Amino acid sequence: MNYSPIREFFYNCRRNVNFVVGFLMILSLILVAIFAQQIAPYDYDEPHKQDRLQAPNSTYLFGTDDFGRDMFSKVIYGTRITLWVALLGTSIQLFLGVVVGLLCGYFGGWVDRVLLFITDVTWCVPGTILALAVVTVLGKGLTNSIIAISLVGWASYARTVRAKTMSLRTMAFVETGRAFGESSLSLMFRYILPNIVPSLIVLISNNLPGTIMATTTLSFLGLGSQPPSPDWGLAISQGMNYVHRAQWLSIFPGLALVYTVLGFNILGEGMRDLLDPRLKGL
Amino acid sequence: MTSFILKKLLNGLLLVFTVSVLVFSMMHLMPGDPVDLIVDRKVSQERKDIIRHEYGYDRPLTVQYVDWIWKIISKGDFGTSLRVKQKVADMMDARIPLSLKLCGWMLFFEIVIAVPLGLLCAYKKDTFLDRAIINVTLFLSAVPSFWLYVLLILLFSVTLKWLPISGYEKAVNWVLPIGGGVLGSLAGTIRLTKTEVLDVFREKYVLTAYAKGLPHKTVMVKHVMRNALILITVLVFMSIPWLISGAVITERIFSIPGMGSLLVNSIITQDYAVVQGCILIIAVLTVVFNTLSDVVVGMLDPRIRITMNGGAGA
Repeated sequence: MNYSPIREFFYNCRRNVNFVVGFLMILSLILVAIFAQQIAPYDYDEPHKQDRLQAPNSTYLFGTDDFGRDMFSKVIYGTRITLWVALLGTSIQLFLGVVVGLLCGYFGGWVDRVLLFITDVTWCVPGTILALAVVTVLGKGLTNSIIAISLVGWASYARTVRAKTMSLRTMAFVETGRAFGESSLSLMFRYILPNIVPSLIVLISNNLPGTIMATTTLSFLGLGSQPPSPDWGLAISQGMNYVHRAQWLSIFPGLALVYTVLGFNILGEGMRDLLDPRLKGL
Repeated sequence: MTSFILKKLLNGLLLVFTVSVLVFSMMHLMPGDPVDLIVDRKVSQERKDIIRHEYGYDRPLTVQYVDWIWKIISKGDFGTSLRVKQKVADMMDARIPLSLKLCGWMLFFEIVIAVPLGLLCAYKKDTFLDRAIINVTLFLSAVPSFWLYVLLILLFSVTLKWLPISGYEKAVNWVLPIGGGVLGSLAGTIRLTKTEVLDVFREKYVLTAYAKGLPHKTVMVKHVMRNALILITVLVFMSIPWLISGAVITERIFSIPGMGSLLVNSIITQDYAVVQGCILIIAVLTVVFNTLSDVVVGMLDPRIRITMNGGAGA
């Protein structure tokens, strides 16, 4: 059988326990999000007036809230929100980070210094506080809180891309491209960027859990998703009002959140081992 | 050395200036008229213009900024809250000690618990103990801090009824907020300590120490830990501002009237003068601590001074 890097990658994937476990956990979440309508027994916003604050039972797997709304359905639908947060948050951070990082690393000089200073400014305010400031300006809401969290998180992408670009910029294959008259844009995106992709994947899996947690925290503080959204963070903070009578209201959304973050964390560990073997064992 | 410190201080000053400009422009970045935030929308245009003049919103932005920042620097005057009609500085005065108390105790317990555990993990690398601790921290880092608090409240306040759910007057009130906060930040510090120690372990002088025939224990204590602890201390001190932002969540959950709850409440009620004051103070604290730890690291460890100045063009 001929050697193929792709075949070797898949072979390594199957042998990597972390990767397989994490992948299956995230896959299950994606499936739940897609088939939420089929899985959830009720609409997450459908009140059952005679069944208020029911403890978990066979009709209501995770119990009901103060309006008699089914918690299980709410948690199921909440998956969609969490995955949307992951997707949108990562896209914004990746876009900003890659563009700024490439420009900094490729051009160097004053471009580098100015953009680096901006990332410095981003870093000198603690993440939660910066996100709170951005939410203050943009207003409450899920999309705004995702943007706020992304404006906090993009700097680490920019730093990594910048460092990698600086070391790749002088490599022979880039010089060759330049000698053949490739434009700077083409050199950045067609020559340098593909070589950064593995580090980017590792970075994404490192940052994703944080993005999800931070956005949920904003929802918990009442600054992200607004009722009646099935957002898990919002559900936990609403459940806190019934902490003596209905503990299940704040437990189940939290469990779902931990499952998600753990899934991404484990997948990330696996990715790191696969793509960046030097970091193994740290 | 002097040039290194000067460079860091200048950079810190520049950062503080930029942050203050950003915080100031927060209010003007928002769509709409700042006067609309103060008065009802139905108020007539002439009345609005009078208020605009009273608050000085009709002056050029640069003049407003200089006036704002000068009042803060010279008199500690952060303006007046639009909702409570109270001086922002007075509001913060009562709250800062509470937040500092919370963060101080959290930091103390974090260092006392996490650093020894991290050292232990590095010392006993790849044993059962190491794996157990690291796996627990991996799990803990997947638990959002606010939910950890919820679980602790459910367990200790609701089910066991050992500890009160909220309040801040008695010592027993502080057990859950501090305990939960420490538990939440434990994971990061343990792993940081372990990585730091293992990094030092790869240094050549450690190999030399072994080659000299020193026993494992002596090498570990005298050569590895001594060097690793310098960096760990500084990194832990750098985490102080992050503790402050973590306190936002803690204060909100346990209804502790500190800076964090003031900030979140003011955002919800759109009390912008208070928001600006809180964010400015926290940001300045962060810059000060970062700069300080940069300088301290540089003084303790010449290698870092060199990499910060030269390497990677930073």
